[in-house]
Amino acid sequence: MGMTITEKILAAHAGKSAVRPGELIDVRVDLVLGNDITAPVAIKAFEKIGAERVFDRNKIALVPDHFTPNKDIKAAEQVKIMRRFAEAYGIVNFFEIGCMGIEHTLLPDKGLVVAGDLVIGADSHTCTYGALGAFSTGMGSTDMAAAMATGECWIKVPESMKFICTGRPSRWVSGKDLMLYIIGMIGVDGALYRAMEFTGDAFDYMTMADRFTICNMAIEAGGKNGIIPPDQQTIDYMSGRAKHDFTLYASDNDAVYRSVHNIDVSALEPMVAFPHLPENTRPVSQAGDISIDQAVIGSCTNGRIEDLRIATKVLKGKKVNRKVRLIVIPGTQEIYLQAIREGLAEALVEAGAAFSTPTCGPCLGGHMGILASGERAIATTNRNFVGRMGHPQSEVYLSNPAVAAASAVAGRIVSPDEI
Amino acid sequence: MHIKGKAWKFGDNVDTDVIIPARYLNTSDPVELARHCMEDINASFADEVQPGDIIVGGDNFGCGSSREHAPIAIKAAGVSCVIAKSFARIFYRNAINIGLPIFESSEAAEGINEDDQVEVILDKGCICNITTGCKYTAQEFPAFMQNLIAAGGLINYVKSKR
Ligand code: SF4
Repeated sequence: MGMTITEKILAAHAGKSAVRPGELIDVRVDLVLGNDITAPVAIKAFEKIGAERVFDRNKIALVPDHFTPNKDIKAAEQVKIMRRFAEAYGIVNFFEIGCMGIEHTLLPDKGLVVAGDLVIGADSHTCTYGALGAFSTGMGSTDMAAAMATGECWIKVPESMKFICTGRPSRWVSGKDLMLYIIGMIGVDGALYRAMEFTGDAFDYMTMADRFTICNMAIEAGGKNGIIPPDQQTIDYMSGRAKHDFTLYASDNDAVYRSVHNIDVSALEPMVAFPHLPENTRPVSQAGDISIDQAVIGSCTNGRIEDLRIATKVLKGKKVNRKVRLIVIPGTQEIYLQAIREGLAEALVEAGAAFSTPTCGPCLGGHMGILASGERAIATTNRNFVGRMGHPQSEVYLSNPAVAAASAVAGRIVSPDEI
Repeated sequence: MHIKGKAWKFGDNVDTDVIIPARYLNTSDPVELARHCMEDINASFADEVQPGDIIVGGDNFGCGSSREHAPIAIKAAGVSCVIAKSFARIFYRNAINIGLPIFESSEAAEGINEDDQVEVILDKGCICNITTGCKYTAQEFPAFMQNLIAAGGLINYVKSKR
């Protein structure tokens, strides 16, 4: 019986020739990640273990990104814990502001994750790196602490679901829309405990940015990991960045799937997820008349240079509606710099956007754009739970960057074709 | 070990953002986190919850972010265990890792109402609704996880293996 790409990567890291869904295995990890919310808790737990050193100081990444640049004294104290730990244990990949980025945009861009890796992170969106053909999944701080000490963790081999995506997406349709469509189809627990494998010729038209967005939101369907088999585009992306060797895995033809779903991507429209769950999706044409107070373009879902280019294309020469606050946040310092070099920053600021240093900021209601009661935002982020961007009586609508940019101009949720 | 308490009932897809909103995540102090536990779904919960009380949820309890602050806040608020139809996987791991007892049982989650008195035999997964007299048995943990629980969580487990 054949294996899926997920099963193959897990088997390789468990030192086994084969694994089966449901099996509990101990795996070796290639990278352990934590941020300014989860790492301080992990550091406390690590200290309780009493380990003298970390398993490998090159294989731990600490990224203060959620409340940075430090939004208040408490947040500053959390990052201080991380900084001290990084110094004391010689952690190589500690990313201070000035060289940082949102963790899930930063790590692949830095070449710290490559195809075939097994990565765990104390952040639910660690599943993003599946876009490279890696197995990556989010866990908690205690798991992170144990992995920092031992270089290992336990994993239950997930069953896989296969999503065969075919056809060429139409003009404003991106990876975000495909993923929102899938989450709408299967629900926020539709992939609970499972691997989501995405294949099909639609990926010939999907950039790496699209692929990161898709795998990023696997957790929004409850998935353990999202994964896209690597191809030439993946190799091109990794070459020049990869800090270690990669291994390309592919699912066997006779691999076993819990379910197989076919999606005609050419028939999709841009999608919008209504409050308060990412599964409440509708095509933008059926959004109705939803006025907005804020638009946010950024986050580990859609803060890449491709996203800023699309937003700029929509906004160039136009003005943000006077009733709307548009906040644009590049994912990393490099993307920020690139946006300046390409003239995107200038065009966005001219249109009336607030253009920020990289941070998670409003995505989790941390800082940099919190909503008041009764306010509505359209955001390219990944979650629209109650209170996610501020007041419990505020609302978040999720979309791709083109729709968010167009809505910022129109003052209500619209397709880019409407402005 | 027996525990007894009043049930607090919640629906499906209770996410970690409502269990402990991100605006309070600039600290990891359990006492402070407990003060805001469930704030965005039931603003009076943190004030009224009594030691030993039990949370009863629907499907996909604890979905969303990986913040361990969620089970930490629940535990520090004095909640003795969480019963749900199903748990989001990161929450499930985190709860076991930090020693917050959790039980999966659709029947119990459906059969227990808000304010019912509930008794749970932790090591057996036996749930008794004292108010209605109905008894339920939660799904058994795999042997490996039973070891983790018996060791008192992941940190002690790792320590014992060193
Ligand atoms: S951008 Fe949002 S979803 Fe991504 S890591 Fe930051 S807070 Fe989490």
